[in-house]
Amino acid sequence: MMLRRPGAVAGVAIVAILVAAVAPWLPSYPLTLLTQALIVAILAMSLDVLLGFTGLPSLGHAAYFGVAAYAVAILTTERQAGFLLCLVVGLVAAAVAAALFGLIAIRATGTYFLMITLALGMVVWGLAFRWVSLTKGDNGISGVPRPDLGLPWSLWGPLPFFYFSLACALVAIVLLGLIVASPFGMSLKGIRESESRMRTLGYNVWLHKYLAFIIAGTFAGFSGVLWAYYNGFVSPVDVQLVTSVETLLMVALGGPGTLVGPAAGAAVIVFLKNFVSVYTKRWLLILGAVYIGVILFAPRGLAGAFHRRSS
Amino acid sequence: MSSEFWIIQTFNGLSYGALLFLLASGLSLIFGVMRVVNLAHGSYFMLGGYVGLSVVWRTGSFAAAVVAGAVAIGLIGIGMERLFLRRLPGQTLGQVLMTIGFALIFQDLALLIWGGDPYSIPVPRFLQGAVRAGELSFPSYRIFIIVVAVVVAALLWLALDRTRVGARIRAAVDDGEMAQGVGINVPVLSLAVFALGASLAAAGGVIGGAFLGVYPGADFEVLPYAFVVVIVGGLGSLPGAMVGSLLVGLLDNFGKALFPELSYFTLFAPMALILALRPTGLFGRA
Amino acid sequence: MSRRTIALFALAAFLLALVAGLGTPTARAQGGPIKIGFLSPLTGAASALGKDMLNGTELYLDEIGRQVAGRKIELIVEDTEGNTQTALTKARKLVDQDHVHILSGGLLASTGYAIHPFAEAQKIPTTYPVMSSDDLTQRKPAKWVVRTGWNSSQSTHALGDWVIKNTKYRKIATVAADYAFGWESVGGFQRTFEEGGGQIIQKVWVPLNTNDFAPFLSQVKRDADAVFAVFFGKLALQYMKEYESSGLKGRVPLLSNGTTVDESVLPQMGDEALGTISTLHYSAALENPTNQRFAKAFEAKAGKIPSYYAETCYTNARWIAEAIKAVGGKVEDREALLVALRKVELKDFPRGPVKIDTFGNPVQNVYIRKVERVGGKLQNTVFFTYPSVSQFWKYNPEEYLKMPLYTRDYPPCKSC
Repeated sequence: MMLRRPGAVAGVAIVAILVAAVAPWLPSYPLTLLTQALIVAILAMSLDVLLGFTGLPSLGHAAYFGVAAYAVAILTTERQAGFLLCLVVGLVAAAVAAALFGLIAIRATGTYFLMITLALGMVVWGLAFRWVSLTKGDNGISGVPRPDLGLPWSLWGPLPFFYFSLACALVAIVLLGLIVASPFGMSLKGIRESESRMRTLGYNVWLHKYLAFIIAGTFAGFSGVLWAYYNGFVSPVDVQLVTSVETLLMVALGGPGTLVGPAAGAAVIVFLKNFVSVYTKRWLLILGAVYIGVILFAPRGLAGAFHRRSS
Repeated sequence: MSSEFWIIQTFNGLSYGALLFLLASGLSLIFGVMRVVNLAHGSYFMLGGYVGLSVVWRTGSFAAAVVAGAVAIGLIGIGMERLFLRRLPGQTLGQVLMTIGFALIFQDLALLIWGGDPYSIPVPRFLQGAVRAGELSFPSYRIFIIVVAVVVAALLWLALDRTRVGARIRAAVDDGEMAQGVGINVPVLSLAVFALGASLAAAGGVIGGAFLGVYPGADFEVLPYAFVVVIVGGLGSLPGAMVGSLLVGLLDNFGKALFPELSYFTLFAPMALILALRPTGLFGRA
Repeated sequence: MSRRTIALFALAAFLLALVAGLGTPTARAQGGPIKIGFLSPLTGAASALGKDMLNGTELYLDEIGRQVAGRKIELIVEDTEGNTQTALTKARKLVDQDHVHILSGGLLASTGYAIHPFAEAQKIPTTYPVMSSDDLTQRKPAKWVVRTGWNSSQSTHALGDWVIKNTKYRKIATVAADYAFGWESVGGFQRTFEEGGGQIIQKVWVPLNTNDFAPFLSQVKRDADAVFAVFFGKLALQYMKEYESSGLKGRVPLLSNGTTVDESVLPQMGDEALGTISTLHYSAALENPTNQRFAKAFEAKAGKIPSYYAETCYTNARWIAEAIKAVGGKVEDREALLVALRKVELKDFPRGPVKIDTFGNPVQNVYIRKVERVGGKLQNTVFFTYPSVSQFWKYNPEEYLKMPLYTRDYPPCKSC
């Protein structure tokens, strides 16, 4: 029952192999953009669990991403902590934040959920901005070193770090794929379709939603950990509303409920942003128009356009 | 803290809350009738301010600026609803995302048309200066904002409560399908409410432009405040918007005056608390 | 193959093509053009400042015909979008893909901190014309970064001294933007003011996203002789308005740092700004011949009077050109270029004479200015000059560096 969508799995494998094979020949700038795309893809996929699979649209997902990123930044710059410790603390911090906020947010659905998660995201942003002794506020935390994994290749180089990110992204997509294909994942889809029906069938809907929230938050944290290492820099911008909004757009663009779709959506948006802004100052306008266009003409996103699914 | 401090801070909080009411009441009403969370609402505020700025430069009339801002943005709101949002009936997420796309476009257009410099709308002569009461001084312009908000609130309330149109709007908010079934033209009503909401926000932008200024980034700076008001007050509720804006204005003001290090926390934390207890806000309905 | 798989292949191919298209490296011929990479916020909330920065840079480069030492100059501008993460990404593009010989620009303090390690790792000569965080050339200097602008506390040290020697203000309240630039500017003022016998009786910090200043200004203590303010951009505009409507104007004299009344916002202010005494290493109203020529040319190009952002980038461009001349155009020798950048010393920049100290920060005049209306327009009239001011004021650098960096709580507010 695990490989319900062999096409998607094959697609992911093909893309991964292609990209891994081409990488050594790419100049370092596009390589760093690809790395960025991979890391952000993990974030988009984590939101997909919440939005696409459970039907909960969150406008505050950057909060968990940011909490983990800050954890890594603080630990590496203040305590010179190693990768394993940072990874664990980052993931735990994101999970705890999600567990706390989930208690408040899960009571609502639909639009109210949207608003509440927006508000909670703003709380984290406010803290990042104002708790200066911890987060250095507006200055951000810079000087985060690349992780030292004891490998023969230093992760300071763009190519080794790219492969590292690719590996992490594959781990994320496999784990998330297993989760959504499991009976738990099936129940989430059922909840997305109709909460009341699931309740009458005897499922503990609240618990399912809460767990989905925590899982989504934890994987967002995973993305945040990698992001801190990639940039070497974390600031309140990483937890601001615009970041949460962009993540939501990546999921919508790629196609909610497909995992692969949001990952592709993330890649498209990362490239669009960086590519378009080189050629024109009007990149924001273009981006806005692209979002509107996609929503109007491909409402189920890119993946939806490929699938001929009746919904 | 002297009594003087409390009086001045309360006054400041009230005047800020009054501005927020102009901004947020539209957002709340739009949601009530159309169930659309409009993330371009901050953009309406900002664009209204910019249009008002241009009108003041050209004609020197503050009143004309307010009217022009309201009308122009009202038209934009109608355009957005009719040409775009209407194509996604019932798709909450799609509509929200679409409004985000518009917010980005508006932000860039404003930059293109008016450039990136920050500006300030000049306060009309008769509203400059302050009213003195002993040691205390209350800027006349802030009194004006409070008066405007009270008048608007009263008019809105009367309209919703006492007129036929108001009754129809309330019916549409309560149960859109039923209202449609009873013969109420919900789509036209929705459009009218959307336009009204946009106009109110734009008027707020012109009025606010005289003391907050008009500048790039004002849209996303003011949007979270609008959301907090509407979340706390409850979506779709006019009394909610009134109470919410008062609360937020006072909380924000006192928070900044008493606990400046925690300034955003003092705003968002009580909101999160209220939500934890009542997810639909103080006056909202599920 | 199903439609799906074909589509996925197409998507992958599209992405790779995009990537490859982005990745086409530009020519790296010896004797080809000298490439200067310039980071500036051309979109976003700071775009007006970014435009000034770009206009200042281009004005100078056009004046020298976009060539120096027999080679053409190619200015490659990248938009930071007012956001440091983007600035970092674009910096990578400029260095890795465009192969610039020099990196320059940047606006936000966080960008300064983030690019420091990047410049060191890439060993690329870098200049900061705008970013002014004190520590970038104090406790955390970078070998490959030279500042051609200023540091935050440089001019406020001077103002504190001036106030003690020329006014009777002995109790001052500060109202400043609550972030490092605000802390450092206030810190500098506080140090020299208190050393001269003054007292800072209150420090009000205003969060960056504030739009209503009333809650802050209404707290200013009644017994303050004057208020010292530190703001920039739209915050400065809002602050001035509220200063007037709160009734403080006229009752309590206003002192400020340079950016609060900088020419980037001064034209949008009204009479409420008149009389403000401020301090900066520049004013568009400076009467030396270079500045008068520069201001006229800038106004012709940009349609507005030059702000400090414009002058600093104009000077920055000239600085780079002088360094390139000094190495005879051989910019590929990065070490030599860096040495040349650190040796430039001229007397006739629009802001006056400038040289670099051993930490990479300019030593230059600081002007005390007053906002006046001349010829119908507001300007910062210079009425006093402190020559050759270093970032360490009159202290020995070793002693100065033993003291902590100016932060929110340092120097402590003993009389608050």
